[in-house]
Amino acid sequence: MNRQQLLALLPILFSSATVVWVMTAIAIKRHHWWNATFSVIGLNLALIGCVVAYFVSPQIVTPLLIVDSYSCLYMAMVLATGLATATLSHAYMEGYDGNKEEVYLLLNLSVLGGLVLVCARHFASFFIGLELLSVPLYGLIGYLVKERRSLEASMKYLVLSAAASAFILFGMALIYSQTGALAFSDIGARVAAISGSGYTVMVVGGAMILVGIGFKLSLAPFHLWTPDVYEGAPAPVAAYLATASKVAVFAVLLRFFIEAKAYNYELLLDVLTALAIVSIVLGNLLALLQDNIKRLLAYSSIAHFGYLLVAFIAAGQFATEAVGVYLLTYVVTTLAAFGVVTLMSSPYKNHDADTLWDYRGLFWRRPYLSTILTIALLSLAGIPMTAGFIGKFYAITAGVEKRQWLLLGAVVFGSAVGLYYYLRAMVQLYLRAPWVRRYSAPLAWAQGTGGAMVVALAVLMLVLGIYPQPFIAAIQAAGLH
Amino acid sequence: MILVWLLAIPFIGGFLCWQGERFGRGFPRWVGLITMSTVLAISLYLWVTGDYSQTLLNTSNPHWVEEFRADWIPRLGISFHLALDGLSLVLIVLTGLIGVIAIACSWNEVQRNVGFFHLNLLWNLAGVIGVFLAMDLFLFFFFWEMMLVPMYFLIALWGHNAPGGKGRVFAATKFFIFTQASGLLMLLAILALVFAHYAATDVLTFGYPELLTWTRSGAMSAQLEWWLMLGFFVAFAVKMPVVPLHSWLPDAHSQAPTAGSVDLAGILLKTAAYGILRFGVPFFPNASHQIAPFAMWLGVAGVIYGAVLSLSQHDVKRFVAYTSVSHMGFVLIGIYSGTEQSLQGVVIQMLAHGISAGALFILCGEVYERLHTRDLREMGGLWSRLPFLPPIAMFFSAAALGLPGLGNFIGEFLILVGSFPVNPVVTIVSASGLILAAVYSLMMMQRAFFGPPKSEEKLRDLNAREMTTMLSLMALILFMGLYPQPILDVTKATMAGVQAVYATGLPVSATAMIGVQP
Repeated sequence: MNRQQLLALLPILFSSATVVWVMTAIAIKRHHWWNATFSVIGLNLALIGCVVAYFVSPQIVTPLLIVDSYSCLYMAMVLATGLATATLSHAYMEGYDGNKEEVYLLLNLSVLGGLVLVCARHFASFFIGLELLSVPLYGLIGYLVKERRSLEASMKYLVLSAAASAFILFGMALIYSQTGALAFSDIGARVAAISGSGYTVMVVGGAMILVGIGFKLSLAPFHLWTPDVYEGAPAPVAAYLATASKVAVFAVLLRFFIEAKAYNYELLLDVLTALAIVSIVLGNLLALLQDNIKRLLAYSSIAHFGYLLVAFIAAGQFATEAVGVYLLTYVVTTLAAFGVVTLMSSPYKNHDADTLWDYRGLFWRRPYLSTILTIALLSLAGIPMTAGFIGKFYAITAGVEKRQWLLLGAVVFGSAVGLYYYLRAMVQLYLRAPWVRRYSAPLAWAQGTGGAMVVALAVLMLVLGIYPQPFIAAIQAAGLH
Repeated sequence: MILVWLLAIPFIGGFLCWQGERFGRGFPRWVGLITMSTVLAISLYLWVTGDYSQTLLNTSNPHWVEEFRADWIPRLGISFHLALDGLSLVLIVLTGLIGVIAIACSWNEVQRNVGFFHLNLLWNLAGVIGVFLAMDLFLFFFFWEMMLVPMYFLIALWGHNAPGGKGRVFAATKFFIFTQASGLLMLLAILALVFAHYAATDVLTFGYPELLTWTRSGAMSAQLEWWLMLGFFVAFAVKMPVVPLHSWLPDAHSQAPTAGSVDLAGILLKTAAYGILRFGVPFFPNASHQIAPFAMWLGVAGVIYGAVLSLSQHDVKRFVAYTSVSHMGFVLIGIYSGTEQSLQGVVIQMLAHGISAGALFILCGEVYERLHTRDLREMGGLWSRLPFLPPIAMFFSAAALGLPGLGNFIGEFLILVGSFPVNPVVTIVSASGLILAAVYSLMMMQRAFFGPPKSEEKLRDLNAREMTTMLSLMALILFMGLYPQPILDVTKATMAGVQAVYATGLPVSATAMIGVQP
């Protein structure tokens, strides 16, 4: 391994070192603030590492990993999400009376998994990354061990996630049986020669991987775990689950599809089209019934990945760019929404402020925090001036360019339905509450790091919505070629 | 640069109102009033100083009176392009005027969260101004959707829960979903147009002039033109509103606060007519010809349906809302008649209806402030209890029924004259709307103001603020009715341009346009 490759690997190296460092720090002395700060420093170093890696990219590091501008972009996205989660966790865990520090250890491990996944160009690293991303999540979701919902969510996620991983492994094995290759590009090179029964096995293998991925991305009909897990998980963990873990999986999915030339399989695309439509329709319709904001965000994320698939399937000149822009806007928005939920919940031990009633009339008590949640909900609904509009605009643009009218019809339908529940949640913030309120954010919410993070996300949402050009240029530069 | 200020002033003013509430409730009101007066003054200044004899649609000398263009998202060929011609100008003047009036009429009505209220009102007005100025389709759509959010808040937070209705949040949500969902169809059409242009010329742009040049060169297939026109038409038809897509309007009006209703009837509905005149017809003249008979009959349906339903309303705001449906039906007929008279009539009708409906909504609000009911069955005999309000209401009812000498008459008359050579049957049937208008206006007057009074107690009459707004609106309606020429002069070039484009359009044969998607 030469120096260039080592430099390219910096984010992963820093991230690994952080895991060890945080673990040692916890072993020496439990101190919430210090341990949180250590992991934040580590994540920031890894972010700087991304910049360094960008300048030496593209580098193929061992047959397993590739660090190109595309992976740098998504590594940065995963790391930034990890940072946001760490700061939010700090605000959230402050009131928790058990051991707080391991959250950061598990979080860093999971981020490391995300980094590996984003750089994967080989089935082995794909699987290692995926597991490293998911396994710490079992611990994180069930972190509030005294809370029944949290434990239940953890068990549910564990069982289903393991099943999904098994599907993915089997799919990989089937594809390997026909191509004799594990690297994406080798598969792509050999795929053309396969025909007859081999073709069927390839499609079955691809479909099994899709099932597993569909689970990780919570696409309908593999979405059943999502609302329960989001509801049970501590709010910052739910934020991480909804963003970083999905971004990393989506990034590797796109790379796999392009490098392994999976776009040539019409059948797979048809399956994806069906998944997209079902996700959009089901996610939006079921969200209508929710009175719990975390469940609502869960269903909304199902629908959003449906929209994202529209851009993915369209796969034209705009596909990687559209996916990148959409993921960026989605991540910023979702983090902001969950961030507000976290700040609202942080003073209350072991229970989150998650029903819509808890937010009733919040605007008249915490106007700025409510404004942030309003912007986030409008952004999720895709209203102009917010990031979500740019994302949706890109998805629709990609769809129009490839004339996917059926998918576009689903997007229009889903957006119209979506408005109803986003508005319903939003207007709660402004209605006067005639009864005693149980939950409110601490008055000084904006002075902590978590509050600053949420404010920054709100600003970012507006900037992305009003002047997206610099972000678009950056994402365009990080395309897959 | 002056156009940017026209847009920026309400945004900044709204922000100041929100933050200025800490200095007392009066502060946001004055800031709002000053802001909108400034907008009105700037637009009047532009009216006086500009030369509106040319427009982009005149191929001989294509130019804008004022223009501002800057790169926004060059990656997608999107620019921040504002421009002004006669049509935009008169509608911006109307926006400034209605803005001032809306702030004045909610001076006492809104007592809760005054700052936030004015933030929403001013941002909504800013969005409307943006719609009238945007010459980039992305920018247009941006403002088109953006102006809905403040309107949603105005209805949902400061609205009334009218008895029998489903509540203000329901009404606001319905309004939002109707307009937003139809807007998404327009977005699809915009994108399809842009990509058709891209495929043909290899230039990715959302610019209105570029796309207009391309569509006018006749490069679009009939089938594509038809589908794109429909996408635009549906969005505008919902907003206008065209029967049968109107059902959000009575709900929204009956629950909205006075300022919201004034804003909605006065200018929001006009954005739809503006959209058809600016984009719908010039982009797709052939398909517009194709849909014209259908659209005109929809307009007739609106005229009759709105008038008939208004007869049976008890809530006086629902009554005015249905008369709006009726009046906007004339606008639709006028646009798709496509003659110069009818298009000029459309402009006058939009302005006159904006003012007269706005005034009627303000009167409704004033009656409500005094009686605490908007139910016509509980009014009656108000003439003897109030000295000035009833005659003023009589004046605006007369305007709404199209009394000669008042603005609405000029508009309706020009529309009917203009549409007669095109489709006499439509003209004759829709003219019956004028009779129905007389019936419903007089019936409303009779039920509210005449008859035996419910109580002998005198009511507080209009104060100086209310009187000033009413008198100025009356003067304007009278002016428009007696001497509409200045308005006609300003918009003449634009309307002549629209008419010229429309005249080049040919109805496409049915077989050419029916087909699966482009």
